[in-house]
Amino acid sequence: MTGIYFDNNATTRVDPVVVEAMLPYFTEQFGNPSSMHSFGNKVGLAIKKARMQVQELLGAEHDSEIIFTSCGTESDSTALLSALKAQPERKEIITTTVEHPAILTLCAYLEKEGYKVHYLKVDGKGRLDLDEYKKLLSDQTAVVSVMWANNETGTFFPVVEMAELANAAGAMFHTDAVQAVGKVPLNLKDTKIDMLSVSGHKLHAPKGIGVLYLKRGTRFRPLLRGGHQERGRRAGTENTTSIVGLGRAAEMAMEAMAFENTEVARLRDKLEAGILAKVPSSFVTGDPSNRLPNTSNIAFEYIEGEAILLLLNKFGIAASSGSACTSGSLEPSHVMRAMGIPYTAAHGTVRFSLSRYSTEAEVDRVIAVVPEIIAQLRKLSPYWDGDKPKAEPDKAFAPTYA
Amino acid sequence: MWDYSDKVKEHFFQPRNAGPLEDANGIGDVGSISCGDALRLMLKVEPETDIILDAHFQTFGCGSAIASSSALTEMIKGKTLDEALKVSNQDIADYLDGLPPEKMHCSVMGREALQAAVANYRGEVWSDDHEEGALVCKCFAVDAVMIEDTIRANNLSSVQDVTNYTKAGGGCSSCHEGIEEILAKVLSERGESFNPGAQPKEEAKPAGMTNLQRIKKIEAVLESVRPQLKRDGGDIELLDVDGKTIYVSMTGACAGCQMEALTLQGIQQKLMEELKEFIKIVPTKAGALTRASCHP
Ligand SMILES: Cc1ncc(COP(=O)(O)O)c(C=O)c1O
Repeated sequence: MTGIYFDNNATTRVDPVVVEAMLPYFTEQFGNPSSMHSFGNKVGLAIKKARMQVQELLGAEHDSEIIFTSCGTESDSTALLSALKAQPERKEIITTTVEHPAILTLCAYLEKEGYKVHYLKVDGKGRLDLDEYKKLLSDQTAVVSVMWANNETGTFFPVVEMAELANAAGAMFHTDAVQAVGKVPLNLKDTKIDMLSVSGHKLHAPKGIGVLYLKRGTRFRPLLRGGHQERGRRAGTENTTSIVGLGRAAEMAMEAMAFENTEVARLRDKLEAGILAKVPSSFVTGDPSNRLPNTSNIAFEYIEGEAILLLLNKFGIAASSGSACTSGSLEPSHVMRAMGIPYTAAHGTVRFSLSRYSTEAEVDRVIAVVPEIIAQLRKLSPYWDGDKPKAEPDKAFAPTYA
Repeated sequence: MWDYSDKVKEHFFQPRNAGPLEDANGIGDVGSISCGDALRLMLKVEPETDIILDAHFQTFGCGSAIASSSALTEMIKGKTLDEALKVSNQDIADYLDGLPPEKMHCSVMGREALQAAVANYRGEVWSDDHEEGALVCKCFAVDAVMIEDTIRANNLSSVQDVTNYTKAGGGCSSCHEGIEEILAKVLSERGESFNPGAQPKEEAKPAGMTNLQRIKKIEAVLESVRPQLKRDGGDIELLDVDGKTIYVSMTGACAGCQMEALTLQGIQQKLMEELKEFIKIVPTKAGALTRASCHP
């Protein structure tokens, strides 16, 4: 398939080298790693290797700290539920308003079950107030769950520092690092992070494979009980092919780390500057000075994101939007609302997320196409007048609710 | 991606009557910016005849909001105001060969804009219509009257339906209980009782035609093409109707698959025009075999 794929925070293509590494485990290496015979043994060795490859990427001290799961969401759920079960005397959770639904929906459920959840607010650039955080930490806090990098804006949270604070308060610390792993150098052995979630499909491994990093010594209660797989911490016969794929992808991510942070970042910056220079009434959301190297989230005021995506798609360009319409919900992204982005802009946010396979020519093409698309839609907008917003847009068009 | 009909896509990519209308004498602004769509409908009405000479729109919204606005302007041009007011949200959706259920509220917004623009032309205040209703959905400012009317007009029976058509309940969902109460009331008028497990509507069905009427129409179309087929030594028979799929069997001398495909396409077109909805005509075995043999 041709086309320009700038939606790598949604998912990435599986690297052909990764596919190659996986193929034998569909065919001749089909054994169950738990079996005694040689069919299983070789597969067991392959999983061991993959575990070490992931250990290396995360900078974990021991390979036994790597638990393979079925996805990022499972890792998130396992981490939080384990922390609560292991410390029944502590009834509180601290998280943020801008987490992925994998955390937020779970927390909403836990509130119904009687737990107290504190949601840290963010400022206009998506940054946390650490003083607010310090005040909330107490001997009631079972677990703190704060994402490493936001999936919509790419903005980093200071998780290493926050983990130290949690540790000092005797609380466990979990981070959803699904967007950060593979793009940010990690050295978990030197941190106080107890648990960390990874999802394979964000780093050119297949969908449906994840990892929960569990620091040695962290008290744990499994989510799935059954066989002794993953040392009894995650029962169920291993997804051997995907584990092998994730291992290979982790190794490749190590090799590409510098490239992601220089070349991919340069392309992202060029894309962003090119679009902002040509499109009036547009701005970057999140914290541009502290974010993932591949992500740019731009708000185009006075138009709606789904309409932008449909037109982009017509030009073969794939991106995503925080608009209500694209998600099937009726409100714009919770991340944009948490940052206080006005509705007239929040509905028109578009996330461009690059990868190491993105090219200069693709960036140039998107810079050429986007201004036309925005202008075309603004011609239809009741807030827009010629080449600028109407004077006092809120008054020029103030519809009756319908 | 939403599953938009070709007609929706066409009206989105090439919207008709977009942009300001200089000498408009009736303007309706409706929608809610917080939920991401809002529409300004501008009418130029001939005072002597009440005929809508021209209609334009400006829309802040998604693909189907823009397509619904475009369709609406096309539908009402040349109509008198009273005729135009008969256009329902269902008519707008039908004109576009259907909208995904989650997007039905875009067509509702079109109908509201029309009412607002006509009221504005007549010097009335349209929001009167809404005063009596208590606000049910606070997230999207939808009141009880609006919900009740929409349930009646579209024969809805689940909370999900109501959300799809009006947006009510699509936010914090704390008003679902309130919506259930309204549903229970309207359903009891219909002699039904509210069933919390009711399935949301699959797709917006064209209004105003019973299954029997529909099948009779289909038969009539087939009857009208039969003489021509017979002349070529063939025939067609209706086997079954399953939603939007119409199964037929083709018999007799088919000059070849190309011809059969062409004939079917023509019949399909005719059926769509008659039924005013998108349908697919599917030849069953006899026909399928003929076709397979044409492409060994
Ligand atoms: C920050 C974050 N957490 C969790 C997930 C969920 O990961 P998965 O799709 O593997 O369950 C995603 C992916 O969309 C994500 O971006």
